[in-house]
Amino acid sequence: MLTKNNQKYLKVIIFILSLIPIFFIIYKIITNQLGPEPIKDITHHTGKWTLYFIVITLAMTPLKKITKLNIWINYRRMFGLFIFFYASVHLMTYVGLDYRFDFISIGDDIIKKKYIFIGFSAWVLLIPLVITSNKRMIKALKDKWKKLHRLIYLISLFGAIHYLWLVKRDLTEPLIFLTIILILLTFRFKFKSN
Amino acid sequence: MKNYKYSDITPEKIYSKRRNFVKSFGLGLGSLTLSSMSLLNNAHALKNNSELTSYKDITTYNNYYEFGTAKGDPYKNSQEFKIKPWNISIEGEVERPINLSANEILSLYPSEERIYKLRCVEGWSMVIPWMGFSLSKLLNKISIKNDAKFVEFESVYDPEQMKGQRYPVLNWPYREGLRIDEAMHPLTTVVTGLYGKTLPNQNGAPLRIFVPWKYGFKSAKAIVKIKLVKKMPTTSWMKASPREYGFYSNVNPNVSHPRWSQASERVIGGNLLSPRVETQMFNGYGDDVANLYSGMDLKKYF
Repeated sequence: MLTKNNQKYLKVIIFILSLIPIFFIIYKIITNQLGPEPIKDITHHTGKWTLYFIVITLAMTPLKKITKLNIWINYRRMFGLFIFFYASVHLMTYVGLDYRFDFISIGDDIIKKKYIFIGFSAWVLLIPLVITSNKRMIKALKDKWKKLHRLIYLISLFGAIHYLWLVKRDLTEPLIFLTIILILLTFRFKFKSN
Repeated sequence: MKNYKYSDITPEKIYSKRRNFVKSFGLGLGSLTLSSMSLLNNAHALKNNSELTSYKDITTYNNYYEFGTAKGDPYKNSQEFKIKPWNISIEGEVERPINLSANEILSLYPSEERIYKLRCVEGWSMVIPWMGFSLSKLLNKISIKNDAKFVEFESVYDPEQMKGQRYPVLNWPYREGLRIDEAMHPLTTVVTGLYGKTLPNQNGAPLRIFVPWKYGFKSAKAIVKIKLVKKMPTTSWMKASPREYGFYSNVNPNVSHPRWSQASERVIGGNLLSPRVETQMFNGYGDDVANLYSGMDLKKYF
């Protein structure tokens, strides 16, 4: 078992590792290595990493059950906050860089395009989870906190469907994400019935 | 139009031929003249769209699912593709079907430079100096029967060489189609090259169609068959998703696609701070082609 101190170091290391994707894309911007549609590259990169962090976050509870180690749960909140971080950069790329805060066009997109609607909804649903992620809120909300944070199950599905709906023809990747998320969610149902 | 960036790499012979072409083209089509080199009628759009897309972007950023679905796949997977020998048959509602080799076609109809804007249905655009000639020249070679109303284009089917065709991503072979008056329009081009060079494989070699006022997927690549037909053909994309892809697929900022904004587009070659530009009706070629659709509800016939 790791000592308290080592766990703290591990947390710092994981935090830095989780920032690599954002540094990676910043590096590509600075060195001019993005493709002919640079904004699309940033949007896709941050979108994918949002999905990766959803998968990582959802995997913590199953890993705890399988390995019978509680340590996984120590990092769940941080991973969850990274979902929000990457989702926000993703959204801001679309709103600020792609559409330059043209809220008429953006509003039109949200209403008319179902993949944007569901993706935007997922981001909005993340907000209450972020606000209630600190220790004080956990204490204050007690049992309600657990219920509230089950929202992540819905958010994860929204995220996968967002990807599925935007892909033009080759659905392989979004279906892989959806499958992994569904598998991770079934873990919850199993444990609940125990 | 800014200076040709590629003038120094284009042989002089082709360069002078280009100038002749542009001159003759200016006479034929009011909106395209030598003096202004304007591709579009709208001055605002011209400002943002007047620069040629780089050869690199045109030849490495492609939608050509026969070679894979990622934009870089066609370049990566098409270099070994064999285009010799290549035959194209013209058949269907014609008096006498013919079969021509790509070489015969190239020698029968001299290519001229045609700078057109390509608008992809995904919401991006390029300005491409194609080489080619009007499809009508080729179609006039044969006597078309009166009951022929549409033209169907069939692209090559060769899963041995075309990786993407081993998967049912689309209904292979790729099929596209035009109404006969669209096919006979002088802007509808048989493309033989770009930037004064022969057509790269990833852009549809040896011969492809280009229809400037329609979304890019309407312009079939590597064609092997041109068939005159009575009924509107069902194209590959119509089969894949009829709700998203109509037969006409004219560039139309007023008809929204379920996934991409058609009101605006990104010009390829821009940087992070380049704004979107407004999409033009008929991709800016309205003066030349709008009359083909007079009286038609283009929201219904999208």
